[in-house]
Amino acid sequence: MSRDRHPLFMPLILVGGLIFGFGLGFSQMARPEVVLNFLQFEDFGLLFVMFGAAIVSGVAFALMPRLRDSAPLTGDRYERRLKPFDRNVLIGGAIFGVGWGLSGICPGAAYASLGVGNVSILWALAGMFVGAYLQGVWRSKRAAADAAPAGAD
Amino acid sequence: MVADPVALQLTAELFPNGISRYAVGGLLVGLGAVVIYVGTGIPAGASTFLESTLSYVSGQSRFQQYVPSRDWRVVFTLGIILGALAFAATVQSGVITTSLYEPGTTGELYEVGGVTLWSTDVQPWRLLLGGVFVGIGTRIGKGCTSGHGVCGVGSASKTSIVGVATFLTVAIVTAQVVSALGVSP
Repeated sequence: MSRDRHPLFMPLILVGGLIFGFGLGFSQMARPEVVLNFLQFEDFGLLFVMFGAAIVSGVAFALMPRLRDSAPLTGDRYERRLKPFDRNVLIGGAIFGVGWGLSGICPGAAYASLGVGNVSILWALAGMFVGAYLQGVWRSKRAAADAAPAGAD
Repeated sequence: MVADPVALQLTAELFPNGISRYAVGGLLVGLGAVVIYVGTGIPAGASTFLESTLSYVSGQSRFQQYVPSRDWRVVFTLGIILGALAFAATVQSGVITTSLYEPGTTGELYEVGGVTLWSTDVQPWRLLLGGVFVGIGTRIGKGCTSGHGVCGVGSASKTSIVGVATFLTVAIVTAQVVSALGVSP
């Protein structure tokens, strides 16, 4: 169905997700209480989750482009994750911060939270889909308005 | 050499649960992202799944850019859920015991079919309302804790570093204000 993907593409994505999710469970970042304790300065251990993960991925982002031209399963070039800066990064980041500080949960940790048995996290997941949908509707409308000059139907 | 008691006490106050479970968990989170990056060149983020999955059920133009990646993003998310379940079935259930893991005192543990599961005490309205803000903010802000925080910071991206500084600062202020207002848990 999808364009000529390598047969190992999906299995590799699954294995990566399994390790990622196991790590979120082990670190207890999948527990909103632990995140809230961090944000309330009661336990700074969560810094080691975020920066530990960033250091590990940082090594790969620095090394892979020098070792190989392209990824074996996609043929895509190895590139760093660089996104253009604009005020959306600040506005969106601030809105995300309100949500993270209120609930103690972010998207990846929410999926992992479901896995460790936290059925209540479905409230947060439902909220995330509602939020993603609302901004999608708004941005779709704005893109259409930008494309069609005033007066045109 | 005798360890400085003041330094030890400070460490105990800053890290009442130690750092090993956090550091080991973080290394595994990074390793999961690296496995995907090395094999595919994709710097994976978790929040795009929200919009890419909405493209299955919504015709809104905003979501259509994610149609090509929506199938593997579902697999990535299923992997995260199953990986966390594997953690629950092994370490959390005591099948594998390690000094690196402490059960902790947050939330409630319960058992289903011999597997020790965990549930939060944080109130549903906080999860739901917070979730709405997370859904809006991560998508407008171009990433979440994994996209900006792990892959972006790992790439030394200035955009991501500013993004992380923004959401971390606002989250700290929000959590402290909510706590000061007496909302708990």
